[in-house]
Amino acid sequence: MESRFRVLFLIIATISLSGCAAMKNLFGFGDKETPPPTAEPPGQVIDPQVERREIKEPKIDREDFEIGVFAGILSIEDFGSDVSYGLRLAYHITEGFFLETTAGASRGGLTSFEELSGDARLISDSERDYYYYNLSLGYNILPGEVFLGEGRAYNTNLYLIAGVGATRFAGDDRFTVNVGAGYRFLLNDSVALHIDFRDHLYDIDLLGEEKTVHNLEGHLGFTVFF
Amino acid sequence: MSEPSTTTIPSTPQRIKSAFAACLCVVVLLISPAAPLEAADDYRSVAVADPYLEMHTGPGRGYPIFHVIDRGETVDVVKQRTGWFLVRAANGKEGWVDREQMELTLQRDGERFSLRRATIEDFTNARWETGILAGDFGGANSIAVYGSYSLNPNVSVELWGTQILGNFSNGWMAGGNIVHEAFPEWRVSPFFTMGAGYIRTKPKSTIVLPEDRNDQIGHVGAGFRIYVTRRFVLRAEYKSYVVFTSRDDNEEIEEWKAGFAFFF
Repeated sequence: MESRFRVLFLIIATISLSGCAAMKNLFGFGDKETPPPTAEPPGQVIDPQVERREIKEPKIDREDFEIGVFAGILSIEDFGSDVSYGLRLAYHITEGFFLETTAGASRGGLTSFEELSGDARLISDSERDYYYYNLSLGYNILPGEVFLGEGRAYNTNLYLIAGVGATRFAGDDRFTVNVGAGYRFLLNDSVALHIDFRDHLYDIDLLGEEKTVHNLEGHLGFTVFF
Repeated sequence: MSEPSTTTIPSTPQRIKSAFAACLCVVVLLISPAAPLEAADDYRSVAVADPYLEMHTGPGRGYPIFHVIDRGETVDVVKQRTGWFLVRAANGKEGWVDREQMELTLQRDGERFSLRRATIEDFTNARWETGILAGDFGGANSIAVYGSYSLNPNVSVELWGTQILGNFSNGWMAGGNIVHEAFPEWRVSPFFTMGAGYIRTKPKSTIVLPEDRNDQIGHVGAGFRIYVTRRFVLRAEYKSYVVFTSRDDNEEIEEWKAGFAFFF
């Protein structure tokens, strides 16, 4: 009996309380400012109060660029060999591929014809200045290590490289293709030495008929990663 | 037969000397700021959460593993090169760790060492892009460099610089254009473009009419951007130019070119 009374009492209490609550709203009593809780999806019992964390990419010094200088010998077909020097900027896309921009300068000498004929000159003095730039794509085909004695190891890369560019020589700018290979010797994790061999090819008709010339260049370089 | 003149060509040793001196100066300049790097002590340190962290001797897959760091130990991340990280262990050993393993380490606050790798979504949404293309410009060779800024995934504006190297004339061209991509989320994304600019033509001296010309130029074109991997994009395009010459007739030139680009 007691439990039945208790249940009855509880039912009455619940109805009357909810009725009061309804009346309260009906006659404008109560706290109007607090809006009813917004519709929650059914089943959501606990509102997670955890703030979503912003995922921040850690700031780490990236060293994908490589900048440096080089100097070597350029053999200009028909015009002898001379010192060449220039700048190199590379961007390493992956551990294999890199893009490289080089700009270099050298100077053409006298052709055999000019030397034998005395004063006859095929091109003027200023036209013997040789300038070029290249935009190339390289691939580190043989990465490796070399050992100096027992305690020292250096990372190296043998790379193949090819690209396009332009050459200013003998009074004209010419479309130039370059192909070659190089050897990058890393003195430490940021500084490298290069030995590079390049063939610069372009068409020229200076000596009568048009022909493709091969200007071979070998140079030593020094670069820094940043 | 007179003696060949040698005065026109500067002597080689002098040139070697000046080139060598220039190299040396640059080397000294480049080396000097590298010194205080060792003293810096604000490297990000991470804890090894995987059973172990493998340190390679170089930033590449082929380089051997020479040291292993156990779970729970911390390492300092010194720098990153492509997909590799140079880390320094507590015992001072330095080695290169690949991206996959670095992503399994924890930062000081317990968060994963998360690294965002460029995906095809970035190919669609990245703001900036730059690239190099080469091809044929009305029978001449062309080499072009461009920079692009995306206003939204569909529309971007570009600035181009082109060098034209032909048998009859050389020249430079600079201009801007607007690019529309209808399906920027596709791996091979077609686009249409139109723009305007200036062309400077320099006929070769063997041809008559040897004066340089500056002309306005307009173009329409179409092409493809092709997502390869990471930030790497291949691009091929066709453009039809109209050169607004000062003569009676305008000149029409067709250009085909292809190359690569990367976005960031």
